[in-house]
Amino acid sequence: MIRFILLQNRQGKTRLAKYYVPLEDSEKHKVEYEFRTHKVIYRRYAGLFFSLCVDITDNELAYLESIHLFVEILDHFFSNVCELDLVFNFHKVYLILDEFILAGELQETSKKAIIERMGELEKLD
Amino acid sequence: MNPFSSGTRLRDMIRAIRSCKTAAEERAVVRKECAAIRAAISENDQDYRHRNLAKLMFIHMLGYPTHFGQMECLKLIASSGFPEKRIGYLGLMLLLDERQEVLMLVTNSLKQDLNHSNQYIIGLALCALGNICSAEMARDLAPEVERLLQFRDPNIRKKAALCSIRIIKKVPDLAENFINTSASLLREKHHGVLITGVQLCTDLCKVSSEALEYFREKCTESLVKTLRDMANSPYAPEYDVAGITDPFLHIRLLKLLRILGHGDDDASDCMNDILAQVATKIESNKNAGNAILYECVGTIMSIEDNGGLRVLAINILGRFLSNRDNNIRYVALNMLMRAMAVDAPAVQRHRATILECVKDSDASIRKKALDLVYLLVSESNVKPLTKELIEYLEASDQEFKGVLTAKICSLVEKFAPEKIWYIDQMLKVLSEAGNFVKDEVWHALIVVISNASDLHGYSVRALYRTFQTSAEQESLVRVAVWCIGEYGDMLVNNVGMLDIEEPITVTESDAVDAVEVAIKHHASDLTTKAMVLIALLKLSSRFPSCSERIKDIILQNKRSFVLELQQRSIEFNCILQKHQNIRSALVERMPVLDEATFSGRRAGSLPTSVSISTGAARNLPNGIAKPAAAPVADLLDLSSDDAPAPSSSGGDFLQDLLGVDLSPVSAPSTSQPPKGGTDVLLDLLSIGTSPPEQSNSSASDILCSIQDNNAPLASLNDLTSLSPLSANATSPASPAPVMDLLDGFGPNLQKNEENGPDYPSLVAYESSSLRMTFNFSKQPGNPQTTLIQATFTNLSPNVYNDFLFQAAVPKFLQLHLDPACSNTLPANRSISQSMKLTNSQHGKKSLVMRTRIAYKINDNDVLEEGQVNNFPGGL
Repeated sequence: MIRFILLQNRQGKTRLAKYYVPLEDSEKHKVEYEFRTHKVIYRRYAGLFFSLCVDITDNELAYLESIHLFVEILDHFFSNVCELDLVFNFHKVYLILDEFILAGELQETSKKAIIERMGELEKLD
Repeated sequence: MNPFSSGTRLRDMIRAIRSCKTAAEERAVVRKECAAIRAAISENDQDYRHRNLAKLMFIHMLGYPTHFGQMECLKLIASSGFPEKRIGYLGLMLLLDERQEVLMLVTNSLKQDLNHSNQYIIGLALCALGNICSAEMARDLAPEVERLLQFRDPNIRKKAALCSIRIIKKVPDLAENFINTSASLLREKHHGVLITGVQLCTDLCKVSSEALEYFREKCTESLVKTLRDMANSPYAPEYDVAGITDPFLHIRLLKLLRILGHGDDDASDCMNDILAQVATKIESNKNAGNAILYECVGTIMSIEDNGGLRVLAINILGRFLSNRDNNIRYVALNMLMRAMAVDAPAVQRHRATILECVKDSDASIRKKALDLVYLLVSESNVKPLTKELIEYLEASDQEFKGVLTAKICSLVEKFAPEKIWYIDQMLKVLSEAGNFVKDEVWHALIVVISNASDLHGYSVRALYRTFQTSAEQESLVRVAVWCIGEYGDMLVNNVGMLDIEEPITVTESDAVDAVEVAIKHHASDLTTKAMVLIALLKLSSRFPSCSERIKDIILQNKRSFVLELQQRSIEFNCILQKHQNIRSALVERMPVLDEATFSGRRAGSLPTSVSISTGAARNLPNGIAKPAAAPVADLLDLSSDDAPAPSSSGGDFLQDLLGVDLSPVSAPSTSQPPKGGTDVLLDLLSIGTSPPEQSNSSASDILCSIQDNNAPLASLNDLTSLSPLSANATSPASPAPVMDLLDGFGPNLQKNEENGPDYPSLVAYESSSLRMTFNFSKQPGNPQTTLIQATFTNLSPNVYNDFLFQAAVPKFLQLHLDPACSNTLPANRSISQSMKLTNSQHGKKSLVMRTRIAYKINDNDVLEEGQVNNFPGGL
């Protein structure tokens, strides 16, 4: 189960943070490699670090794949996404994330399905 | 409409904040925006609510407090349009979490939205519920969610499935309701619903064992079939990642199969084929493939034993170890560590690769590999493994050296097949990385050396040789100095040469040279120098020809600014000059340090005031003869409130023995260093006078007059002039009791026989296999001390080996334990051991003792513990 997702740039500024488990505000600013009973899996894409905090028993390589899938979806949605896109459209990023992961687990594994869904939601707005 | 409120669009606000150059500027902008938003909220402004909340969320992400916006979220959620609801729910999930009470207010809105006609709104509600619901909300809304599990739209079904996961986590009792519907989810075709269904079942199994049973019976085959279909399916562009169809679903299915197969043979049989197929056919050049293989290996390891599959799994892990990607090597090492518990021989086969990983360029891989190697070591392979590790020690970098050294040392200690190998390896480690070695380690080495009496000559020669080359390693220097001091005569006379040694000629003055180098070396610290001084004293007795030279070296420290060195040098000088007659007796060979007690102490298993059989040896480093034990006991009781002599904590006991204790040379006292000088004076002046109390007060009188002088040197010189008085007084008396102390505990036993048993004997401990009986006697004129003869009787038909008796007493008691007459207790026989118990609260408190008896029957350890409360009164 995913505990939280963080997107941070090289200076440590958080671009996106989503918590599936309530944490104290002070803890939210602390990320360690094996943090209590969880571990952090991260990958760097250009200037952004995508970090996932998961349970110790989870498959790390699978979550690396899911990080990559998420980045691909963002890329497709924003057409060659860059960090500024994420800053100015943070509410849309959250929506994409909510279509991808819910309650700490993967919701949909098909990029096409998620993009279609986002298209439908955008139309309603 | 207020012209300031919500004038800026979201985009403009973000731009404004980003263009701020300083934190103060940013705070100002944020404050202005917050004020505007607050004004808008209080005016109940409808038009820009949407935008305001978006701004608020951004401000929250920056880290500013935004709780005033929480009610806005609720109002937005309650409004009817989709965009408002959407931003309201988003704000809810971001600004609130399940612990806030405000969340309860949303329950009603959620319920309405879950029943809405617009399926997108239902989706929003499920999303919010799944992310942050609390236990009460879960309970309230569970029926709605259950119903939605069977909704017509797959998007809703999958959201409902994940929402249910959260619900059953929060309220495990509700799990039963979901079992049936989740089973039907497993038969879905739509991948999204399938994967969420699988996840729901996984969590149901974790939460409820009933669910586990149900799924195991009903669903295992269908799951296997689904996995097989997916593995064999043709290319599906929608779900394809790196050539594999939906790796995520593969992995989830494997995980669920793992839970179902764990502990159950039938289910495991079902899965064997598909697991083998996946393990062999999946390509491992991309991360997705490796992820699936990793999960597959995990599953194989957890289900019931199938030899072939296990071997396959470990081979996959072995392949991972040679992969170029750091991540993959790391997870492989992790999994191998867990596999050790399941199938150790298979992991052994990959030992060579794992050893390679110890030399990896990545630090965390090195550490993990080292941990794994540590687990792999057994008696059969300890020698080659240690050789490799020590070779690597030379090449490794500084931070890793510390960890590596600690591991090598504990390996060597645990598995050393023979003492000579142990000593060799430890010497190599010390010469390479002695500065990283902890104190306990070189203490242990000294204990082992002293126990291996046939290796004394070999050890001291090897140490001498190594010392020539690696004199900057502090621990090596200390061990070498100690050995040269103890066994210097063996070094010079080439005593006890082993076949493998080359002859080496060391003259007496060479040996003294070596020791002198140690004390003169600028990097030697206090401990080393102190040890050198003692070693020199021992050498002066063993090499009488170098006596003068040694005296000069010792005297050089007479004016040292460090009190310890100054004190030692003056005392030893005194012995050298004036007490030649007792010198050889003082520095005789140390009695063997008891290994078992030492390792017991180290493990911290024995509480304070455990007795040791080498009590008398502790007095040797002092260089000051103390007469019979009794006044010492009294003196100790007076000088400190804490438990006296034997109870210095943990490893200190060995430190005292080696003369390394930096608190005052009168080792028993536990007073602070500043008072150190005082206690030494008390010792010096109280010798030979009785009762001790008087001498204490007279000592303090003399102290006062001396301390008026302000010249520490002068006062000590005065003392040395005083000491001949007391020393002379004691010297006629001293040889006899000193001899007594050093001869062991013969006199005590003899005294035992003189007195008949005044007290009834006591069965102190009895079990079905062992009985321990105490016989008491007291010496006349010494009512506080009881001599106990303990007899252990073996009541079983087995032979007990490595028999060890240990006892612990409270602080007001002092216990001296003599060595047992034998370590082996044959069937139906007895052995005996004597001990002496001194009760400082004689008459006020009675004796009580906790006992621990350890022995081996056919290499199985047995431990018997007991407490003796029923000592006869009056003891």
